[in-house]
This record gives sequence, C-alpha cells and structure tokens, in this order.
Amino acid sequence: MANDKVISLRIKRQDGPKTAPYWEEFHIPYKPNMNVVSVLMEVRKNPVNLQGKAVNPVVWECNCLEEVCGACTMLINGVPRQSCAALIDKIYEQTGFGKQITLAPLTKFPIIRDLMVDRQRMFENLKRVKAWVNVDGSWAINRGPRFADREQRWAYAISRCMTCGCCQEACPNVSNKSKFIGPSHIAQVRLFNTHPIGEMQKEERLNALMLEGGIQECGNAQNCRQVCPKEIPLTKHIAAMNKETIKYAFRRWRYKDSSGQ
Amino acid sequence: MSKQKIIVVGGGLAGLMATMKIAEKGVPVDLLSLVPVKRSHSVCAQGGINAALNTKGENDSTDEHFDDTVYGGDFLANQPPVKRMCEAAPGIIYTMDRMGVMFTRTAEGLLDLRNFGGQKNKRTAFAGATTGAQLEYCCDEQVRKHEAAGIVTKYEGWEFLSAVIDEKGVCRGCIAQNLVTLEIRVFKGDAVILATGGGGMIYAKSTTSTICTGSAAGSIFQQGAYLANMEFIQIHPTAMLGDDKTRLMSESARGDGGRIWTYKDGKPWYFLEEMYPAYGNLVPRDIASRAIHKVCVDMGLGIDGQNQVYLDLSHLPSEFLDRRLGGIMEIYEKFHGDNPRKVPMKIFPGIHYFMGGIHVSDEHMTNIPGLFACGECDYMYHGANRLGANSLLSALYSGTVCGPAALKYIKGLDRLSEEVEDKHFAQELKKQAAYNESITKMSGTENPYQLHQDLGDHMRANVGVVRNNKDLAANDQFLREIKERWTKINMVDGHNYSNQTILFTRELKNMIEVAHAITIGALQRNESRGSHYKPEFPDRDDEQFLKTSKSRWTPKGPVIEWEEVDVSLVKPRKRVYNVSKEASASGK
Repeated sequence: MANDKVISLRIKRQDGPKTAPYWEEFHIPYKPNMNVVSVLMEVRKNPVNLQGKAVNPVVWECNCLEEVCGACTMLINGVPRQSCAALIDKIYEQTGFGKQITLAPLTKFPIIRDLMVDRQRMFENLKRVKAWVNVDGSWAINRGPRFADREQRWAYAISRCMTCGCCQEACPNVSNKSKFIGPSHIAQVRLFNTHPIGEMQKEERLNALMLEGGIQECGNAQNCRQVCPKEIPLTKHIAAMNKETIKYAFRRWRYKDSSGQ
Repeated sequence: MSKQKIIVVGGGLAGLMATMKIAEKGVPVDLLSLVPVKRSHSVCAQGGINAALNTKGENDSTDEHFDDTVYGGDFLANQPPVKRMCEAAPGIIYTMDRMGVMFTRTAEGLLDLRNFGGQKNKRTAFAGATTGAQLEYCCDEQVRKHEAAGIVTKYEGWEFLSAVIDEKGVCRGCIAQNLVTLEIRVFKGDAVILATGGGGMIYAKSTTSTICTGSAAGSIFQQGAYLANMEFIQIHPTAMLGDDKTRLMSESARGDGGRIWTYKDGKPWYFLEEMYPAYGNLVPRDIASRAIHKVCVDMGLGIDGQNQVYLDLSHLPSEFLDRRLGGIMEIYEKFHGDNPRKVPMKIFPGIHYFMGGIHVSDEHMTNIPGLFACGECDYMYHGANRLGANSLLSALYSGTVCGPAALKYIKGLDRLSEEVEDKHFAQELKKQAAYNESITKMSGTENPYQLHQDLGDHMRANVGVVRNNKDLAANDQFLREIKERWTKINMVDGHNYSNQTILFTRELKNMIEVAHAITIGALQRNESRGSHYKPEFPDRDDEQFLKTSKSRWTPKGPVIEWEEVDVSLVKPRKRVYNVSKEASASGK
C-alpha cells in the first residue's frame, strides 16, 4: 500500500557545542516531491523517533528553500549540499527507493546544535580579503563604468556565491584549525579585481591573498568545484589568482613598492 | 564617532541601505538580524529593479514610471512619496552599478533593460534572474566595509522582541533575543528602524523565506503602532506548487517572451493575450492571478484537471534563456525535474508580497516617535497592487529616506537613550523575560508547527485571490479560536539552548495578530481594488474606500480607522488593461 512507504532518516545529533554526538533514526510517511527540508519539517510537527519515543525536534538552519540563501548546508549521505534542493526522489534514483538517508552537520565549522553549525568565520574572512568595491559613498553621482558583456558573463557566475560553505567543507585544506580562507573567497577576490572600480584597489586584495591562510594553502585537490551548488568553476578562478599573485609578488619585489608599479 | 546610536532591525536591502546612510554620517549602528544578513529574503527577488533610465529609445521618463506605479496600485498609494521614489530610481541603479552589482549588459557595456508587467517601456534593470541576490550581496559588502571600520556592529542571530517606550511614549531602544543562547537583552538606541520584511509565512505556503513571519510588525502592533492597508496581499501569478513552499517563477519570464496558456477545446488558449490585448502576458500581477484563478477554478480548464496552467518559454532559444533567466531555469529544473527549455512550466498563483504594512509618515516614522519602518514591512509605495520590479526599488529607496530621517530625528532629541532612566528598559526587559518563561513552560496539547499549518490553510482559503464576507467573518471567528488554542501549545523542545520552538511559538502569536488585521481589513473594505477582490462588490468605490485602512490593536481584535489618500498629483481614473493607458485615460 502506498501509505506504508516511509522515508528513513538517520541523523547525527548533538545537544550543544560541548556534549557528545549521537545518532537518531526517524521514519516519515513518504510523499512524492519531498526534499530533506520538508522531511525535517514533518519531523518537528511530530517529533517522535523510530523507537516511538517523543524527542526534541531536530535543529537545523533553512530560509529561502530554493537554494539561493545558502543557509541549509549539511552533509547528506556524506556530501555537503543544500538540503532544500536535495530531493528525496532524486536521492532514491541513486540509492534505491527507501534506502536510509544520513544527515550530519558540516565538520569544518563549530557545532551549535544538531545540524546547525557556526559559519561566522567565512564572513570574517570576507573582511580579510576586502571583498567590496571601495566607492566613496552610497550617494548618486552618475552612470557607473561601462563593462563588457563578455566580462560580465563570467564575473556574474562568481557573484552568485552564497557563502554556503560547501566548498569549504569539501576542501581538505580547510579545517577548524587552519587559517585558510578557502576556495570561495579566492574567487571573490577575482570578482572584485575585475570590476572596473574594484580593480583600482586590486593590490590590497592580492596582498591579503598572500598572507597566512591565503592562496598558497590551496592543495589543488579540486573537490571544491564538484560540490559548488552554483557550479562556479572555482579551480579555474584559483588558478587565475595564483598567476596574478605570482606576477604581483615579483613586481612588488622588483620595485620594492607595495603598489607593484 | 557620535555618542548617539541607531538600531536597525533587519539586514535585507532596506535595512542595509538605511545602515549605510547612517554609518556614512558617522553615527554608529547596531544591526540586528535573524540570519547572517547575506541570507536575508531580498536574495529571493529575481526579475529586476525598475528605473526610467531611458536607454532604449522609448522616450521613457520618471513621470511615466510614476504614473504606471500609481495606476498599477489602483490609486491607493499617497502620490508624492511614490513620485520621489521614481525620480530617485535612476540614481539608485547607477550607485548600485558603481558598487559592483553584476547587472546584465548590452553589447556596448551599458545596463540592459527588460520588459515587466503593467508598464509598456523597457524599464527593468536586471542581473540574470537573480537581481535581488546581486543587490543584497552588494549592500552586504558595503556594510561589511563599515563593519570592518568599526562603525557598524552586527548582531546576527538575534530576534527583535519589542520596542522600549518611555513615559512620554518615545521609543528608546528595543529588546531582542539571541537565537542560540536564548539570552534576552536591552539594546539602547536613539532611534529604532524596523526593516523586517513582509509576512508571507502567515499564509504558511508562499514564495517567501521562512523568516518572513511579520513577527516584528505584529509585536509593535500590540504596542500601539498602526498597521495600514493590510488587506492588500500580492498573489504572484506564476509560482511552482510545492509541499513546503510555492517557489517563484519570475515575471521576467513573461517580460522576456514567456506565454501563459492552457487547453480549451483541445487547442492551446493564450487567455491573457485574448482577454487583455493591450498588455497580454504582461498585465499586472493581480489581474493575471485572477485570470488564472478564473480559468482553473471557475471554468475547470486547468492542465490535467488540476489548479495549474502553463508558463511557456520553450519557443525561445536555450542560450538566451540561460543567459537572462538562468536562475529560474535552475530552480524549476531542480525542484520540478522537467527542463523548461523544452517543456512548458506548470504554475499557479501563490502568496508573494505585502503591499500593506506598518503605518509611517512620509519620513518613515511610525506613530511611536523614534520608531521607524522601511522596506516591505512599511505600507508606503504600492497602494493596492505592486508592479513587478518595484519592490527592490522601494526597499532600497525607503532605506535612503529612512536612514537620513532617523539621523535628523535624533539630532533634535533633548537627551540620549543612554540618559533615559533605567526603569523603562528594566520594565520592558522583565516583561519580555517573563513572557519567554511562560512560553518555555507551555504544556498543553497543540504542536506549534501544526497550529501554524492550520493558520496558513485558513488564510489561503479565506483571504486569498477571491474574498467573500461570509468566509472573512468565519476567518475572524477562526482567528479568535486559534488565539485560544495558542495558549494550549505544548513546548515540544525541552532544551534551553538553540531552542527554535520557543522563538517560533512567540512568532506564531504575532503572526496570528497580523492575520487578524489582514482579515478585518478585508472584511470591512466592501469594494474591489487592486489585489483585493470581492465578487459581492466587484467595482472600485472611490467615494467610500479611496482611503487607507489603519488598523489599531485592541485585546478584542483590530479596530479599523480610515485615512484620506493624497491623490494631489494624478487624478484617479478607471484601471483597465485590455486597452492602452492613453486610450483608457481618454475614456475610450
């Protein structure tokens, strides 16, 4: 009977930052077109585990539910991705219908509770690389700079980065202990160094990329590109920035001037 | 740095723009937000932002933009602020361009413009189909610069609970709660700006994000602030149906050539093009939503007998679609499975935007001095129906008005909030802490998430596209009952750390209060205007209802007062879209 079908979840839970993790299983009635977030929403409407015991609802982050806000990143069957866009039917196409689905929090960030982690470090690192166009102010002056369509096309792709943390999770060189800013942020530098006004402060960002935790910590594992939900060609941008920083370092050394001119 | 301080609640476009304007003048800002500001709901806006840049040889003008906006809003908006917004629009777009927004370009490197609903000229600047995200990221970056300089302090993961109001009725700060530690504390500020967005979650299923509960507006409503025009809820004609949410399929799909159709007598019927030859698929959203509703619900002509019609892009080249509409192509493909480049998308109207909101003056101050509101949570710019691509504009523009207005206001204050007697802060803090304690101890039988679903189901059924007084009266009764049921909630989460259920239960109470204002406003407005449609009263009635409805909270339910609308610039005329605006103006 159709209504006998269940979605079986195994969730790695943790009550707080300092308590021990544990696994808990849930069965939720199957309906077509569900995703991991909608299944978790069903859990909290009736938070009872597989053993029939009433438990605390599972804590996780989500917001837009259409893969644009970057909030709901977690490990789904071991892969970092947005849980709203993780369609149950698609997962079953790969694993077989009804196969248990494992949910776990990201491992590269401090745990808050259950599937919720603290990704503040990523936003702090955006400050380190000065990821903004340094305009004089927000008042209207006049038309902005002209910018070629062909440049806009690839720069736009970088500017879709949601700071979701998938690439950081997949990167073997990012960890709770390392200072590496991670793949997304290197691509962001390229974005701001390409904008006609942002380009005017490109040396500041190149300098930042060459400090501790900068681009030299990339080990070229290439995992980042595979997990980016926005399909940003991160490895290409890292390679381009690698070239840029080497060129800039040489000029800076040769002319003994931080402007590199 | 100034000794004064302003609190901004909300990190979407309006809040970030207000923050920038204040920080630039050297006044510190405490910026409170439920989520890291980059994840705010503004990121969900897709199609674009309107400004009469007039770069397409169509003789466009800010006057034309203004006229389209007030006409599209069925003349319910006060006109002078709308005019100022349309005049400021080109400057805002150019500023965003300088700040690095990756707008889509023409071959000569200028901003490209596309068509949008309810306007004949190309007036909508865009960044693919992710314009809201691009604008939000840009404002996030600019505010991060101010944060790095030490003038902005972000409090991400904090929920606004209530305003602190002194003995003279002046707002001196607010109380907020940390989502993780559940700490409740005072934030002192010489002015408080709410930029807390709409309340789509009141309908449970909508195109909005889960944080869009309208809870902050509901809270200050109960503290004496007026809400206005709450009965005007935009229902977007083209949303994908889903169990957890209805996902927006941007109006830009039609702006770039998409067509709406269903089968009639075995043949495709392009009903919008037939019903509204002058505007076709680009009629305003209220008109399109009613037409789709009529075709599906009244005529039973939905695709596969369901409440759905086609939004068809399959006749357009794939490369064109990927470049200009890539964002929504991805969403549809990922969440539905079909490829919209090859087969038409299935869509149906979904709850989308609140035209109404917190009542404010032209300077964006509420009736509580020192408490301001901007962005979707205010009621100012869209009247009875919002034109597509005017929301990103009003969010940014209202921030540029509200920030400086708050600065002007705090200059005139006789004392700093730091000098206000401690008892006012202590009293409000105690009250909110006690309320929190009582929620923590709730041990009834109702699950708050289930209760929320009931609320949404009733709101969608009774206060949606078509409204009848019988249903609205029943909804009023339902809301009185659900307030009672709310007191019988069971606090299902027993933890005192990162307990989302405590916060949600509080939000739910505020959502019910706002739902009541929406319902009573709709019940009392016996006419049809913009998004508010009552078959019992099918015509617009300017004599009785060319008025803003102002809702005042009382323990027995909302009380409505009526306020004159400022129509000093354009004389109200009948709103029709089957003929051109010029023809309708000359009465043909």
